[in-house]
Amino acid sequence: MMKKNVWKGVFFLLPSMAGVSIFVLLPFLDVLRRAFTSAIGGQFVGISNFQSVLTNDAFRQAAGNSIRFTVICIPLLLLSSLALSLWIRRIGKRGGFFKSIYLIPMAIPVSSIVLLWKYFFHGQGLLNGFLHLFGISGADWMNTKYSFWILVFTYLWKNIGYDVILWLAGLSAIPESIYEAARVDGAGERECLFYITLPNLLPSFFTITVLSLLNSFKVFREAYLIGGSYPEEHMYLLQHVFQNWFRDLSLDKLSAAAVLVFFIIFVLILLLKNRLQKEDNI
Amino acid sequence: MGNWIRSHMLLFFLGIFALLTCYPILFLFGASLMGNPEIGQVLGAILGERTGFVRLVLIPLYPTLRSYVEILLDTPEFFIMFWNSVKITGGILLGQLLVGVPAAWVFARYRFPCHNLLFTLYMVLMLMPFQVTMLSNYLVLNGMGLMDTQLSIILPGIFSTFPVFLLYRFFSSIPVEILESARIDGAGELQIFLQFGLPLGSAGIISQAVLGFLEYWNLVEQPLTFLKDQRLWPLSLFLPDITLSNAGMAVTASVITLLPALLVFLAGQNYLEQGIAASGLKG
Repeated sequence: MMKKNVWKGVFFLLPSMAGVSIFVLLPFLDVLRRAFTSAIGGQFVGISNFQSVLTNDAFRQAAGNSIRFTVICIPLLLLSSLALSLWIRRIGKRGGFFKSIYLIPMAIPVSSIVLLWKYFFHGQGLLNGFLHLFGISGADWMNTKYSFWILVFTYLWKNIGYDVILWLAGLSAIPESIYEAARVDGAGERECLFYITLPNLLPSFFTITVLSLLNSFKVFREAYLIGGSYPEEHMYLLQHVFQNWFRDLSLDKLSAAAVLVFFIIFVLILLLKNRLQKEDNI
Repeated sequence: MGNWIRSHMLLFFLGIFALLTCYPILFLFGASLMGNPEIGQVLGAILGERTGFVRLVLIPLYPTLRSYVEILLDTPEFFIMFWNSVKITGGILLGQLLVGVPAAWVFARYRFPCHNLLFTLYMVLMLMPFQVTMLSNYLVLNGMGLMDTQLSIILPGIFSTFPVFLLYRFFSSIPVEILESARIDGAGELQIFLQFGLPLGSAGIISQAVLGFLEYWNLVEQPLTFLKDQRLWPLSLFLPDITLSNAGMAVTASVITLLPALLVFLAGQNYLEQGIAASGLKG
């Protein structure tokens, strides 16, 4: 294409590029420098900041919780939303209604969560009242190790509608003719699911995983509003550590941790992206 | 017959699930219309006022708008926070429209050196949690003297790369022939963007605005980190201690926070669904 046009077009990109560079990229170079220098004096200290991050008890506990959270939540969300979307598709037209209903939690403000979860999960809350009917005595859920599961529940509740829509978009891209051909050949529902639906959903699978991961970072909002800077230890996440180090101006540790997490996520995305592109070529 | 039962079982199950998903909203609306005595009866158990358990809230028996009057007339700090939220959310969305939309257009419609590298970079930045870029943001905001002003939230928000990524999907789907024929007719690049890009991508722009609204209406980390002065805080950080005397007000505050989000949600629902679906298309 005409070179001149391209350069004229790229001009529109400049404001965005400038902003991203000024607010994120250039200062990140400074963060990178800080990760390898001491907080006071700024001498080069090699990897000792990283060592002190990785041996830090708060960091280790939070990293453990965060990893556990991710590993549990994402498969749970992907599977439950896939099941729901398959069912929604099966009931046909009326499915549109449910699809919309499941999205509503997205609109509920985070600040309401504090009150809502108190109502549901307090020692004298609704859940325990319900369990009481069956003679089961509950706990003050938010102040026990179950607080972690409340966070898991929050994430599922908030994101299931989002993922259902993503799956439905993937499902609608599968041509109906494949199913018809398979049915003519005598394939039943089960065969259709395992040999047509699931393999064809693979490309969507990777993107949905990435987006679910992105949304999983946001549970910090709920965790913070419920528990503050130091919540019940089972919902103490990496984000808490970052926020607390920032507040205490432990910038050396904060820089090292930011660089560390940046590269972990970076590598994760590149791996997923490669998988994604491989799938596309099939 | 077996099929009929199965499909109705399915419907029943989906319905139960829908009710569970939405009950929190019903609870908030119901409780916001209760007077203090009724709220005390229903929620007393978690406010330390009663033994036993809370009661299931469905419909208030003695509906009253007292809590609404109280919060709208007698709680000026709530009003200020509401206005702060409007300013922050509006500022970010407007900025994204000016900066993000043209950027997405360029990524979708032009090929230039480093195109893929830059786009991958945008994608990576989009996926970084706030805490990773928090220090970077802080160093710049502090250098510019913007700490403790609302610009410290609005400016980094404007340059978020998520809208670029989302709109890229919408702009890419415009058939190339339309733009080619406009070029042959002698339209300039700016003209093509304004006359064809914007109208044809308008669904995407609205989708982005709806998704963005729900995101920025709920900001927690950014104001918490960059705003010390609580008078600048948005509504998402309005968390009164819930006691018997103000429980009604707390619930009502939640409802008023919820209302704009719910309106945007209902009005832009189709766009929201399109936007979500577009964010998931393989790229």
